[in-house]
Amino acid sequence: MADRVRVKSMMPPGHVRAPAYLRGKTGEIERELGPFANPEQLAYGLKAQKQPLYRVRFTMAEIWGEQAEHPADTVDAEIYGHWLERL
Amino acid sequence: MPHDHHSHDGLSPSGHPYREDNDAPLTYWQQMEIAVRELLIEKGHTTGEEIARQIDAMDARSPANGAAVVARAWTDPAFKERLLQDASAASREMGFDIGPLHLIAVENTDTTHNLIVCTLCSCYPRNLLGLPPDWYKTRAYRSRAVIEPRAVLREFGLSLPDTMQVRVHDSTADMRYIVLPARPAGTEHMTEDQLATLVTRDSMIGTGLPRTP
Repeated sequence: MADRVRVKSMMPPGHVRAPAYLRGKTGEIERELGPFANPEQLAYGLKAQKQPLYRVRFTMAEIWGEQAEHPADTVDAEIYGHWLERL
Repeated sequence: MPHDHHSHDGLSPSGHPYREDNDAPLTYWQQMEIAVRELLIEKGHTTGEEIARQIDAMDARSPANGAAVVARAWTDPAFKERLLQDASAASREMGFDIGPLHLIAVENTDTTHNLIVCTLCSCYPRNLLGLPPDWYKTRAYRSRAVIEPRAVLREFGLSLPDTMQVRVHDSTADMRYIVLPARPAGTEHMTEDQLATLVTRDSMIGTGLPRTP
């Protein structure tokens, strides 16, 4: 996985744990967390495939643009691999 | 009988707010919980006593657990290193039953302040901190913590200088987070147990700092 990643800008229905405010945003992998069952299947009692989970660090400037309270502050969030594209 | 009459302003004669009696019909999910619980008991998968014991165990957890972990990290550099490496293993090492929880400890320093939130729901390190405070679950905290964390912290009485970097941690998936606050100055003479009394719940969420002696 590349260091810099973008969260895919998709809006599927149902139980999804990639927060909408981070979709389409670019960040850096802070650490790899290993494989975890995909909650999008788990939530419906389906056999869940393992997805690699990453902690991705975003700057406030990247998330909120001009509106950022303090551009260099950061948000770290856990994002599953199938939601990330390498840059 | 002091509680027979509701006054118009919602306060009892002694000035306490009335709490609504829960006479409303059960909601769908309340009925579902009762139905599933009764079925599990009827079919012999669990017992009423077992459920009551589990509720007791959940209620018994408190921020004192997390405070003990923090105080150990303040006094034992090797433990602190293990805590930052793998907070689940380090907590288990201290005898805390944290189940299958994946815990990450984030360290406050001279230049970094950490804040924990769960924007999607109310993920919280319950095994170390007990039940989350009500405000932690509100939409206001969950949204504002990632939009304007400094303004939120000011409302908690914590004004951070511009030179301090704020790192917000959104528990979006399988990890839970605890802040390892910085050890207050002037505590060099204190024992681990004494130090633990300085560690507040909010200091481990990041909305506060530890007490000073």
